[in-house]
Amino acid sequence: MDLIADRGRRVTVEELNTTKLLAHASEQAKARDYKRMLIVDCDAHHYETENMGDILPFMENDVYRQILMSGRSKSRHSITPGGVGYQDMGGRVTRYPLRSSEKTEPGRQRDVQLGERWMDAMGVDYSCMFPTGMLSIGLHPQKELESDLCWAYNRWLTEKVLPEAGGRLYSMLSLPFSDPDESLRHVERFGDCKHVTGFMVTTVRSNMAVHDNALMKVYRAIEERGLSLAFHSGPNWGEPVFKSCNRFISVHALGFSFYNILHCTNWVINGMGERFPKLPVLWIEAGLSWIPFLMQRLDHEYMLRPSECPLLKKKPSDYMRDMYYSTQPMEIQDMEALQTTFRMMNAETQLLYASDYPHWDFDLPSTIYDLPFLSEKAKHNILGGTAAHLFKLPPRNEAQKANLIKYGNLSAV
Amino acid sequence: MAEQFVGKASEFKDGARQIVRMGSDEIGIFKHEGEYFAYSNYCLHQGGPACEGLTIARVFEKLRDDKTSVGLFFSETDMNFVCPWHGYEYDMKTGECISDRKIKLKRYQILQKGDEVYVVA
Repeated sequence: MDLIADRGRRVTVEELNTTKLLAHASEQAKARDYKRMLIVDCDAHHYETENMGDILPFMENDVYRQILMSGRSKSRHSITPGGVGYQDMGGRVTRYPLRSSEKTEPGRQRDVQLGERWMDAMGVDYSCMFPTGMLSIGLHPQKELESDLCWAYNRWLTEKVLPEAGGRLYSMLSLPFSDPDESLRHVERFGDCKHVTGFMVTTVRSNMAVHDNALMKVYRAIEERGLSLAFHSGPNWGEPVFKSCNRFISVHALGFSFYNILHCTNWVINGMGERFPKLPVLWIEAGLSWIPFLMQRLDHEYMLRPSECPLLKKKPSDYMRDMYYSTQPMEIQDMEALQTTFRMMNAETQLLYASDYPHWDFDLPSTIYDLPFLSEKAKHNILGGTAAHLFKLPPRNEAQKANLIKYGNLSAV
Repeated sequence: MAEQFVGKASEFKDGARQIVRMGSDEIGIFKHEGEYFAYSNYCLHQGGPACEGLTIARVFEKLRDDKTSVGLFFSETDMNFVCPWHGYEYDMKTGECISDRKIKLKRYQILQKGDEVYVVA
């Protein structure tokens, strides 16, 4: 297959083979003997938009289902909102343009087979499967279609995909957050499904107020079921504040942190930690450097203006330390700054490893394993122990079981 | 010094590459504009196959004398190769990481004996 390089020059490359592409990751896993430690990837992705032919039939509304399925077959319109972006760097990250060339066996879900390949290569035991295109569903101009597409995706995922993965893939299902009543219906319908550990809100939304009274019943329903709530970030070049950016790097670098900073601020300042103290909350895919920034910023203002957030019984940073964060994309640029970040967020108990594979800025488990300042306990906890405890994931061998017990993380029965 | 056979020069086309294993290292050998360049195939970032991705001309931004930007252009002279995992770009002629030239891939010597090409470590 040819890829287009500069000035139309063609570069011939072989078809994509995930196992071969990640051969060096396999070497790392073997050299570090990952098998003895349970490794959980709390944020991996698949390209669900390539399965719309299987997903759309699960839509509930006959008219919208007909519109989307009809338009899709003629390529007349797009189904999910999309934005301008160059994740693949002009083909430099070759798994993007080559993705369709990878061969899988007939008769099994392709996304499960691909997931198994990258998990096996990296030494990952479990992955939380999130969508890709659907991360922009919060930008859909029709909230009834946001709900129906989430419904169809969640049915397809829980009925067709996750059951084929032998328990190694789990998910936190997409919520149609523009409609609190529909979000509640999703929690009630899917909350007890196998391989579902919670619900995910894509934070790429301009008008979301996480503290809106209408949403309290949704949080309560998730908390009552012992499930988790995740906020997954992303970029949006169409957001007015980013329209002055002229390069994708700028939108990408700022966007992920921006949305999590915005919504985490509202979450903390409105005392959601006091209202739902037993609800585990995860902030996903914004890196880590925004966390010490926001802790210091909010603590500073809280000391001056406590009357504006009377529900708080401790500093904002204390509430932030009660929540969980995913590692990727971890900014390993200044080791002392990173160590300080880990200390400030209580990483040993609050940080969860995430690869974000197959997206362009994925992180291998070695990004955590090789950090020079981490204790053995912290490595085990961050790479999988904390997630195993939180999501009740069982060990896959005796050595993992012993380590989960050793560090107090065995919770699966 | 150990030598590892790479291939026949007559069959090594310009713009092509070979990957060979030598001891604990994998080595990528490029033939670029008639010259051979050999580097470790382990990316300095997260260990990806640094020599197995695209080769693509360096991008530069042209400025006018008044410091206004003309835009982005491909270099006519400088070639990079790109790690396919995350896009780390390396200078074909030096192995330097173009976003931080203080770091560079380990370089290996190439030896040609008649029509046979060897990498030396």
